[in-house]
Amino acid sequence: AALLPVSAFAQAAADAEMVGSAEEFLAGATAAEGDLSLTAPEIAENGNTVPVSIDAPGAVEVRVFAMGNPTPGVAAFRFGPLAGSRAASTRIRLAGTQDVTAIAKMEDGSFQTASKTVKVTIGGCGG
Amino acid sequence: MADGVKPRVKVPSSASEGEVITIKTLISHPMESGQRKDGDGNPIPRSIIWRFTCDFGDQNVIDVVLAPAISTNPYFEFEATVPAAGEFKFTWYDDDGSVYEESKKIAIG
Repeated sequence: AALLPVSAFAQAAADAEMVGSAEEFLAGATAAEGDLSLTAPEIAENGNTVPVSIDAPGAVEVRVFAMGNPTPGVAAFRFGPLAGSRAASTRIRLAGTQDVTAIAKMEDGSFQTASKTVKVTIGGCGG
Repeated sequence: MADGVKPRVKVPSSASEGEVITIKTLISHPMESGQRKDGDGNPIPRSIIWRFTCDFGDQNVIDVVLAPAISTNPYFEFEATVPAAGEFKFTWYDDDGSVYEESKKIAIG
């Protein structure tokens, strides 16, 4: 119980920095397709760990959303001056078969998007 | 602090100046999503790593915000430009306030 205030503080920090929704990120803008590639398997037997990669030359930030999860935000990648590319790979949880969407904010302020349907055999969100 | 948290990072030991290298990182962490329930039906509180950064000196390579949808033992692979001999620093921020750090030296040549 003594740890609670620290934990609550960290939680507040996490919420302030959270990935949010696609609508919040776009803030009314429209995303085009073509300059962002999203790689994910067509079929994922285990929804607990699904490999995804994003690659968006010229992007300053790329966010990944899983629309069929309890909360859609998955990750936000911000690239710094020493980023060797605007690409990254990670492993994510998918609750079930759904579309995974990535949105990239480009250096000129425009947005790019890409989506991929992933069929999930065993969901990865417990419950 | 979550139990048994151990960061692992793969960085080449040397590169040429300005070369783009691939970095792989993995940290052992349960990434408890907050969506699961225990045997009595009570929700298990969220406990995740919510941010990961990689820097070289005072310059950033990548800054990632993680949601509970990132898998157990968060893994990231990305590329960095090597500006000079020095050290890549990696930092993971836990919901409970813990900060885990790792660094890797890289030589030019």
